Amino acid sequence: MKRHSNCPFLILWGDMMAWDEVIYQYDSTFDGFLCCVFESYTNKEFPTAFYGDEDCCLLSFYSVRTVITVPEHARRVYRSIVKLSPTAADLLRKGFLTCLPDKELHLYRLVRKLYREGSSFLKNQADEVYHPIAKAIRHMNGELEKLRGFVRFSDYNGVLGAEIEPKNRVLPLLRHHFCNRYANESLFIYDRTHKELLLYAKGRSRIIPVDNVHLSLPGEEEVHYRALWKRFYETIAIKERYNPRCQNTFMPKRYRGTMTEFLPVDHEAQRALQNSPENTALPDRTL
Amino acid sequence: MDLLDKLTILSDAAKYDAACTSSGVRRGFQPGKIGNTSSSIAGCCHSFSADGRCITLLKVLMTNCCSYDCKYCINRRSNDVRRAAFTPKELADLTIEFYRRNYIEGLFLSSGVLRSPDYTTELMIRSLRMLREDYGFNGYIHAKAIPGTSPELVQQLGLLADRLSVNIELPSQEGLQTLAPDKTKQAILKPMGLIRDQASQSKQELVKFRHAPVFAPAGQSTQLIVGATQDSDRHILHLTQSLYDKYKLKRVFYSAYVPVVEHALLPSIDTKPPLLREHRLYQADWLLRFYGFRAEELLNEDTPDFNPLIDPKCHWAIGHMEQFPVEVMRADYEMLLRVPGIGPVSARRIISARRTTHLRFEDLKKLGVVLKRAQFFITCCGRMRSGLHFSAATLVQQLAAIEQGQLPDETAQQLSLFDSVG
Repeated sequence: MKRHSNCPFLILWGDMMAWDEVIYQYDSTFDGFLCCVFESYTNKEFPTAFYGDEDCCLLSFYSVRTVITVPEHARRVYRSIVKLSPTAADLLRKGFLTCLPDKELHLYRLVRKLYREGSSFLKNQADEVYHPIAKAIRHMNGELEKLRGFVRFSDYNGVLGAEIEPKNRVLPLLRHHFCNRYANESLFIYDRTHKELLLYAKGRSRIIPVDNVHLSLPGEEEVHYRALWKRFYETIAIKERYNPRCQNTFMPKRYRGTMTEFLPVDHEAQRALQNSPENTALPDRTL
Repeated sequence: MDLLDKLTILSDAAKYDAACTSSGVRRGFQPGKIGNTSSSIAGCCHSFSADGRCITLLKVLMTNCCSYDCKYCINRRSNDVRRAAFTPKELADLTIEFYRRNYIEGLFLSSGVLRSPDYTTELMIRSLRMLREDYGFNGYIHAKAIPGTSPELVQQLGLLADRLSVNIELPSQEGLQTLAPDKTKQAILKPMGLIRDQASQSKQELVKFRHAPVFAPAGQSTQLIVGATQDSDRHILHLTQSLYDKYKLKRVFYSAYVPVVEHALLPSIDTKPPLLREHRLYQADWLLRFYGFRAEELLNEDTPDFNPLIDPKCHWAIGHMEQFPVEVMRADYEMLLRVPGIGPVSARRIISARRTTHLRFEDLKKLGVVLKRAQFFITCCGRMRSGLHFSAATLVQQLAAIEQGQLPDETAQQLSLFDSVG
């Protein structure tokens, strides 16, 4: 097999000479991204940047192509990738949820390399094209594992509700775990970072975009259990072994903003006071 | 007494038990029940307390009333503390409501010995049965088997719990005699053997009958106290090894002795818990379970204790320099695992990656190898890392410097350029 230099730019430069460089504007969905791959090959052009719908690109040296999501094109691209390597398809799906800067460009390079060379480079996690994605997915998996434990639900009149502030778009990956664990309950998890809401009830779940969620005030029983948990949390620590550095390593401070043990028992009320005092109702959308 | 007080007393009394994992069993959702057990092999940590320890389970005692008088224990009968006991319903409510809010992965139930081991175990069984059967709790339960309980009751307990444990606490017979006069080595080992036999019997039955009851699917564990007696690291590690071999234990936990009581036979009350020693023992324990080491290889009669300055794997590697450096392109998995700085995950990645490419030192870093440790023990394509200076005499110092400032407790880490060279 022909050996390529390790620098991705050199590889791409070689066969890209004849291709136009463009900027793609697409709808920020996974299918939309697959359609960008499709357009790139049909029009023989090389994307230098990807933009979502909202972040309109400013004046630029490159021409901009708005890619319209055609489910049929997305399916064709996805099927071709699965055929070459199911692992690569999984990497793309997961990689697309990460917070890797310019993730589309990285994923695009992965697809190109896959089409050119086949899947053998995926055995090597140190590969220049694969490594950034592998690293981002590792980061996401770490966050995912932490959140499985750190998500804190409150009982709002029988509905379990939680808020999270993740860096990666983890809701689709948390979905199975929590819907399985609380199969008999109704629940919602709101992702403050990506403004998405996971809803679950009676065996069915959905993820929908939502701008904001107003939480109702906790009932007496909820406050009681919060107080019990906070007390347990304080009591269980052995003060002779006090070790905040170890604690910070395993539970970075950024997670604590949504965790019961670090919040006052009536944090909804305090937040409502800070914002608009009249606006405390149930979540924007209910099941 | 209200629930908040009870919880405070009974979790305070349970906190010295180190075992807090929810690993070893996978059980999905079951219709009509609440909960599942974690899908990851390592279990799931729900929080970390101020001492940096993971909180996975609601760790409480059924009661802290105890008829025993073990000198090291805060719950011993001669100690003047407030006593409390949960009712089965209180405990079940607390577990379910904490579990629903995702505070915990399940329940860790231990107990002081109220009246007799059998009576106490019956109390625990009643609570767990209520939780499992009336409340339909399908999450994780870790229960403590109390030495001296009759086999029928241990059997019932094992059918309700995911993991059972019997704490050895003091690693030697002499320690037990002086500090825990109500316990004997035989009384502790007997239930461990029982649990092992019943678990293996249950496994055989499961092969024949799909719906046979499952006995403690996550196996059993134990705890050893480090630093209350004079036992050496070697003694503790050999004991650990034989527990894994003979009793098929899933985990052995170590607990640095925290002086909670004053007694002539115990370390004085202002002794600091030997956290660094505990840390090294855990590292060695990992070597036994995941790296294919044997206790005999790590410590022998000439060196009965680990060097606190370097981790046990480096300690071993320095004693066996004739096996190094290892060539990463050719070494087999077992040998790669023995290199300090390479773990099971990075060893697997190396083996996969070297099929397609020649690995360089920068690549190893990307594969997750801790190069600052591994560099002294490996070659890439026949070459050591360029610009690396070390000799047998300075290696200990260089390895110790890596961890400097990151270790728990103790001022022993104050490294000087001039001591312990060679």
